[in-house]
Amino acid sequence: MTELHHLTLAELNEGLRARRFSSVELARHFLARIERMNPTLNALITVTAEQAMAAAQRADELLASGEAGALAGVPLIHKDIFCTDGVLTTCGSRMLSNFVAPYDATVVEKLSQSGVVMLGKANMDEFAMGSSNETSYYGPVKNPWDLKKVPGGSSGGSAAAVAARLAPVATATDTGGSIRQPAALTGLTGLKPTYGRVSRYGMIAFASSLDQAGTLTYTAKDAALVLRDMAGFDPRDSTSVDTPVPDYVASLDEPLKGLKIGLLKEFFEGGLEESTGKLIREALQVYERLGAQLVEVSLPNLPLSVPTYYVVAPAECSSNLSRFDGVRFGYRCEDPKDLLDLYKRSRGEGFGAEVKRRIMTGTYVLSAGYYDAYYLRAQKVRRLITDDFARAFEQVDVLMGPTSPTPAFDIGAKVDDPITMYLNDIYTIGANLAGLPALSIPCGTVGGLPVGLQIIGPHFAEAKLLNVAHGYQKETPWHQAIPKGYE
Amino acid sequence: MMSWETVIGLEIHAQLATRSKIFSSAATAYGAAPNAQANLVDLGYPGVLPVLNREAVRMAVKFGLAIGAQISPRSIFARKNYFYPDLPKGYQISQYEKPVVEKGQMQILLEDGTVKVIGITRAHLEEDAGKSLHEDFHGASGIDLNRAGTPLLEIVSEPDMRSAKEAVAYLKKIHTLVRYLEICDGNMQEGSFRCDANVSVRPVGQEKFGTRCEIKNLNSFRYIEKAINYEVARQIEEIEAGRKIKQETRLFDPDKGETRSLRSKEEANDYRYFPDPDLLPVVIQNDFIESVRATLPELPDQKAARYIEKFGLSAYDAGVLTASREMGDYYEGVLAALKSKNLEGHEKLAANWTMGELSAALNKDGIEVTESKIDAARLAGLLARIADETISGKIAKEVFESMWAEGQEADAIIEAKGLKQITDTGAIEKTIEEVMAANPKQLADYRSGKDKLFGFFVGQVMKVTGGKANPAQVNDLLKKKLAG
Repeated sequence: MTELHHLTLAELNEGLRARRFSSVELARHFLARIERMNPTLNALITVTAEQAMAAAQRADELLASGEAGALAGVPLIHKDIFCTDGVLTTCGSRMLSNFVAPYDATVVEKLSQSGVVMLGKANMDEFAMGSSNETSYYGPVKNPWDLKKVPGGSSGGSAAAVAARLAPVATATDTGGSIRQPAALTGLTGLKPTYGRVSRYGMIAFASSLDQAGTLTYTAKDAALVLRDMAGFDPRDSTSVDTPVPDYVASLDEPLKGLKIGLLKEFFEGGLEESTGKLIREALQVYERLGAQLVEVSLPNLPLSVPTYYVVAPAECSSNLSRFDGVRFGYRCEDPKDLLDLYKRSRGEGFGAEVKRRIMTGTYVLSAGYYDAYYLRAQKVRRLITDDFARAFEQVDVLMGPTSPTPAFDIGAKVDDPITMYLNDIYTIGANLAGLPALSIPCGTVGGLPVGLQIIGPHFAEAKLLNVAHGYQKETPWHQAIPKGYE
Repeated sequence: MMSWETVIGLEIHAQLATRSKIFSSAATAYGAAPNAQANLVDLGYPGVLPVLNREAVRMAVKFGLAIGAQISPRSIFARKNYFYPDLPKGYQISQYEKPVVEKGQMQILLEDGTVKVIGITRAHLEEDAGKSLHEDFHGASGIDLNRAGTPLLEIVSEPDMRSAKEAVAYLKKIHTLVRYLEICDGNMQEGSFRCDANVSVRPVGQEKFGTRCEIKNLNSFRYIEKAINYEVARQIEEIEAGRKIKQETRLFDPDKGETRSLRSKEEANDYRYFPDPDLLPVVIQNDFIESVRATLPELPDQKAARYIEKFGLSAYDAGVLTASREMGDYYEGVLAALKSKNLEGHEKLAANWTMGELSAALNKDGIEVTESKIDAARLAGLLARIADETISGKIAKEVFESMWAEGQEADAIIEAKGLKQITDTGAIEKTIEEVMAANPKQLADYRSGKDKLFGFFVGQVMKVTGGKANPAQVNDLLKKKLAG
């Protein structure tokens, strides 16, 4: 018999509607897996078993009454960056280790309306700052493909949970690659939508002009199903865009014949590991067989994306994280002497090393006398990179390349070397700087570890990206692979 | 001895009269229980985002149009970063490089009657901070965030003012304007209208500005004048004693009547301004500007010019009567009522009474003109009796007082108290004859050349008639009779 956790989200959704199993059964099944496997993986910070069972019961009632939302009864894990009403929301930080959010993020609200059943909150790099999930106050997350390896970050908990089949979908956020890189390192489909496609309201800000919520799923089809209910204009987020949400599922099967794929020259140069590069080229051959046309394109300013990002993101984070001051919520130091002492120790003790590093970097680049040389110049380069992408999309429909230069690396291997760690995001950052939608799909393994193919599209081309990814997944088995021990 | 010139620029904070806050839906009403009007956005909770209140933008544009300024087609909100407990986010959202309003001006009337133009560099939108409360918490501080997120329009002048009096005149003009435009209630006690003054001195004739000090949070016209005068004297004293002025922020202590140092430039924050990524640029299109322009009322200066030209008032009187929209409305209400009685050409009389008796009575009772115990129609009723010489101006003051106290029409009081003026020549002549008979010595002295005694006889006649005799007639008839 097929185990419930072998089914894709689309299959689970169908099964629920056909009453082949109930939402309560699903919740119970996945909660049992979480209970058994999470202690090893450390993928979840909070398990909301009781609320999940209640929500599942409600979903079953709605399914029976025929008034259920599109995703009613489907289990899901939220990244702990999304505020969830009445539930601990830590953002992976000691600073919020006591913070019970008093409201739901728009993403949480929309998916709840759609009927999903939240099983818990996923571990993550502290305030989403990291590429390995090692900066979490709650400890590193292990990669189910190899427990010695990192799952990527910052959405490492979401990725490990879905890869280990603890839930068919997890929400995630991507500021510089935090959905796509973990997706690549754990063999999942990770979608970062266009900036402004999904509301940021209630998503604890890291870098406001780059942050975007998305999904980690097994398949592109699953991502399409979830995005359909997550996306849309939100009057509470001024940067969300008021443009209609298409039916991402309806266009999944459109033929790929004649698709123009741009190969990002810059992505195949430099630090790309040879075995990873080989898998990417094989994936491109699959597309050629499907009738796509490959064109090499160059984005001359793209190599500047990492330094640009590491000015813009810390600048915004240094300001965004000022509200964590020990005054109104979150961590407060013991017995502050005076106001300054309260600030210094609450922040000094509440934030971890990587967060402090970025706050300091950001404070520096915004300070008088450095603003023009760093922040303003970075904004100009950001413009150039955006223009590079726009020119490329005049020639091609989508851009392809690797998601990450290497497969998952060892836990602890890069923690003392922030620059090497930052370079892990070299292929993903460009899409954030330009606000473009991008996704990563599994395209094989190296030494038993998954490798991800990245697909980047023009603004609001999520439907195209999902269609292109789905076309590949119909031809290949990689997205079905389950790590050993989690079958 | 060297003579010094004072240079003053003002930064005015006008709280915009929107119903909700500039970036949240919480109410802005004054006086609610602490933190009752602070929602998650005002409290700076994790994950919340600001959404701009369009009404605040509309009000800023209205102000910009009223001062003949440029309205920026695209302005930017920036974050001003600093830590303070009453600043929940750790930054204030303000406009820095690209304000919504730029390059306007305002005319003020100097004491010598000349008009001076004060440049307005910019006016920008920003959110207010909360309040720290240092009393009643046993050594700790309380925070009230009701005011956090209240929309402010910061109006920055050029350093164009040369005395405390000019600064006050400018401030009063802006105060009048924002209330005319109905964008600010102008309540200085509640802090809806307050200002900081940048003050420096330089030797007369020197072009370069002296080092300035900023005096913070001045919330009454009187304090502003006092604070500036104190500061000017202090700076001159410092320089003449051979010391240098340090650029610093100073606080005015109204109890002691002096300013004291709050922080020096070195201690000042580096605010690390940068564009707020949570807010899109504010794009203002021409049709929006025109729709706002269509809502502009007649502005104080336009109204004053009309009063001068059409009613023949002095610039000073026109200025006083247009100092608030309500005062102008009252004055014009009086004129309209007179006109309905077919009495025209009494604009000066109406101006004198509105500015004189009426304003004095309002001040005495501490009430606004809209709450006046004598409405415009009733005052016109009184003035009509002066105009048709039923009563004299002197008697009218008495009638006014009764009207104010008893709330009756002028005619009713004149009738009841028998105050109607005596204009019957025979009756006045009879009284004069009686007075002459009763004062033979004074009569003899007058006739022997003591002209000054004329006034004595006028006084006596008025006394006997209870002030009701028509003064002009008394004059004429007395002259004839006394001459013999």
